[in-house]
Amino acid sequence: MALAETSPKGRRKSSPFTRFLIKAGKTVMAISVTMLGLLFMTFVIGRVMPVDPVLSIVGERASQEMYDAEFIKLGLDKPIVVQFFYYIRDVVTGNFGISLRTGFPVWNDIVRVFPATMELATIGTILGVLIGVPLGVLAAVKRGTWIDQIARVVALIGYSMPVFWIGLIGLLVLYGMLGWIGGPGRLDVFNEDIIPPVTGMILIDSALARDWFIFKDALSHIILPASLLGYYSLAYISRMTRSFMLEQLSSEYITTARVKGMSERAVIWKHAFGNIKVQLITVIALSYAGLLEGSVLTEIIFSWPGIGSYITTSLLSADMNAVMGGTVVVGLVFVLLNVFAELLYKFFDPRAK
Amino acid sequence: MSIQPTGLRAWLLTDTPTSRHHARMAAYYQAWLSLKSNHMAMFGLGILLLLVILAAFAPILAPAAPDFQILDLRLTPPVWVSDRDPNIDGFILGSDSLGRDILSRLLYGSRITLYIVALVALIAPIAGLFVGTVAGYTGGWIDIILMRITDIFLAFPRLVLALAFVAALGAGIENAVLAISLTAWPPYARIARAETLTIRNSDYIHAVRLQGAGFIRIITKHIWPLCISSLVVRVTLDMAGIILAAAGLGFLGLGAQPPMAEWGAMISEGRRFILDHWWVATMPGLAIFTVSLAFNLLGDGMRDVLDPKEGKS
Amino acid sequence: MTNLLDVENLWVRFPTRNGIFDAVRGVSFSLGKERLGIVGESGSGKSMTGRAILRLIRKPGMVEADRMDLDGVPLLTRTEKEMRSVRGQKISMIMQDPKFSLNPVMRVGKQISEAYRLHNRVSKAEAKAKTLEMLEAVAIRDVERVYEMYPHEVSGGMGQRIMIAMMLIPNPEIMIADEPTSALDVSVQMQVLEIMDKLVVERGMGLIFISHDLNLVSSFCDRVLIMYSGRVVETLKADQLHNAQHPYTRGLLDSLPRLDAPVDRLSVLQRDPEWAKAESVTS
Repeated sequence: MALAETSPKGRRKSSPFTRFLIKAGKTVMAISVTMLGLLFMTFVIGRVMPVDPVLSIVGERASQEMYDAEFIKLGLDKPIVVQFFYYIRDVVTGNFGISLRTGFPVWNDIVRVFPATMELATIGTILGVLIGVPLGVLAAVKRGTWIDQIARVVALIGYSMPVFWIGLIGLLVLYGMLGWIGGPGRLDVFNEDIIPPVTGMILIDSALARDWFIFKDALSHIILPASLLGYYSLAYISRMTRSFMLEQLSSEYITTARVKGMSERAVIWKHAFGNIKVQLITVIALSYAGLLEGSVLTEIIFSWPGIGSYITTSLLSADMNAVMGGTVVVGLVFVLLNVFAELLYKFFDPRAK
Repeated sequence: MSIQPTGLRAWLLTDTPTSRHHARMAAYYQAWLSLKSNHMAMFGLGILLLLVILAAFAPILAPAAPDFQILDLRLTPPVWVSDRDPNIDGFILGSDSLGRDILSRLLYGSRITLYIVALVALIAPIAGLFVGTVAGYTGGWIDIILMRITDIFLAFPRLVLALAFVAALGAGIENAVLAISLTAWPPYARIARAETLTIRNSDYIHAVRLQGAGFIRIITKHIWPLCISSLVVRVTLDMAGIILAAAGLGFLGLGAQPPMAEWGAMISEGRRFILDHWWVATMPGLAIFTVSLAFNLLGDGMRDVLDPKEGKS
Repeated sequence: MTNLLDVENLWVRFPTRNGIFDAVRGVSFSLGKERLGIVGESGSGKSMTGRAILRLIRKPGMVEADRMDLDGVPLLTRTEKEMRSVRGQKISMIMQDPKFSLNPVMRVGKQISEAYRLHNRVSKAEAKAKTLEMLEAVAIRDVERVYEMYPHEVSGGMGQRIMIAMMLIPNPEIMIADEPTSALDVSVQMQVLEIMDKLVVERGMGLIFISHDLNLVSSFCDRVLIMYSGRVVETLKADQLHNAQHPYTRGLLDSLPRLDAPVDRLSVLQRDPEWAKAESVTS
């Protein structure tokens, strides 16, 4: 019986909708627990920092009364558990406190700086994918040849480069000596604050405003930092692509495709590559998440006003509200991207259903 | 039967080992042979050996003490630069803003780099191995809790966590080591757990358990040894990342403190003079790049040997 | 009768660290419109022989032969592009385990119709009609539903019938079946074999049936080659199996339990290193 031979999946009692609810519930639970842990850690960091939060608000010369009043206002007289509870309540309502350094609410600061990081990370990832994936596929197909070796060296150099150093040298040569690209910052000084921020990403905003002069300027500023991040993500993506492809190319169904009389190109791209797409999406999402959180040093070298340099500068000036808020947001983005990658996996891979 | 060739090589290459020790030695020798045929990995290994020698003999090799200042000869260019005053002796790689010999500082700095790398490479994998095997072997609630904690650490932006940690405990090498270890252990825990899960239900573990072996004995004697090879590969590949992270912390002023000759801090110092005195920042950067590339070349070669999925067939 | 396939002195070699390893050593045979069995233990080179005919030995492996002709035309001198029109269309191959030999992320129907469209310029709709027809021919009911399924959703027996459909749809002259039932449940093995046999006979194809199961091969094939250590040690008509001369074949036969002549203790196969050195037998 043909019917009886199919797998018995889909014959459970619960309806698909119930199962979906259970799955969604589990995912939400997992995110919440991770986020709770993240909040706990930022809370601990905020508490163990050798910074007196009261003193940093009222200032060194405040009277004892002012100090005490602020101490109670911040809830520091309450037990530590209650303080943690207050902290969670504040974060959930989007209240990260006021940044001592900028004087603005931390949330507003983050909304302002995050697009800069996103712009950089997005272009970096696009570059990494566009070059890294074909390079990885090529290396796997030409395994053991000089092409494979070159791809390997290219990737290993990417892994080994201290980005803050190569950024400096790049600025020195391409900007300082040759003048081919823009210097640090997102725009030349006289071009700043001309384009009204819509998305906060200058390339998009200037394109929307059809101001191609500023667009070109923004491009000349972003090209070097984005290429450096792109190189790093290229290294990672190409190595992962190669190892995924090698695994597929040694599979039996690849022989099947060859037996059918398929051309090598179709075997590689249609069959083997078709099988790594889902894994690859996960890797790209992870690499994107890595660039969003890990571009701290790049942002500092290029004076790029993004979240990484925001957190670091705040940390160095003991502005704990900003550090904690920034860290929580970056962590949340990372967790969400992970969940997103997992969902994509479930959606695209027929075996995962 | 033909006459057996004798000697150590033959003993190592045998198809029929006579003891467990013999078999293990033969396996190591086979792995070494295939690693040896990988030129790039050997190149990396050569650089690392050289680095160890340079670090060990730094006091003999260095032309000057790392913090010996000649303020009159500040920012002297390297010897091969044409506009250098030919009357100045020494300073092969030039001098920095305090008139210190960059070559000497690089040599002494290699000690700091090796120190940091060695400590992190000890702490993080062992912590990860411990967490991962316990989680994987016990399963249940302990597994869930340990893996959640691992996930939380993974979700934390690595450099930010390290930064915050150093900022909280105070800048310095030991705290930098702790901070980097704190961010580096979760991947090891994941690898160790995955390995443990595949080993846990194998027949020989059941057999050992039936013979009355306890939890600690099974984990330490039968699970850990099998996790080692994948961890070693991962550690070697991570070394470069550790060096870059340490240098990054040094660059931000949160690693080794002045006047210690840490490579990242040297770049940060040279950054101020980058436009007119490029060598101050360039030399330590080249050193960092060379060493982390060497670790990557070696690690990549070792993965080819030890990971059969990736290895040459 | 002209032969479909003539193989003379076929060698398959792999360079290793300890010198060159010969997986197949001087095998010769020819194939007409018949069912030829190749029997041997694992590592005897039987699968390599099958793959060498399709020239699917991966580098750095090498295939050499004095003669390897398909319909009188040499195979070894053809370009890779010419080989592609041989594969599938003239010679095709069924492999051991459908769990691995079907592409896991492609619908079954698409994989079969792809095999047809590679060699026939037809529309998608025509290819689909042909595919459904072929699925029916391998005794699958509810073909429309199976067409839309993924490989992990079908059982092993059905997976192997899908493989047969995919390999037969371009109507090849020769079919190589490499252990086609070894990974299947015993209960469906015969069913799959019967379907394969029926289609091969109906279409007048040549079949090379590779297996380690001497009984199965002799009951199913016209002629049997026995391989050992990369060589053909004996070739027999299937019904003459009990007259086998070579000690290896005899050893294989004696180590099988027989209902009609029970023995207290089955004999253990004794291997003689001399067998590996002897010349291949030509059939």
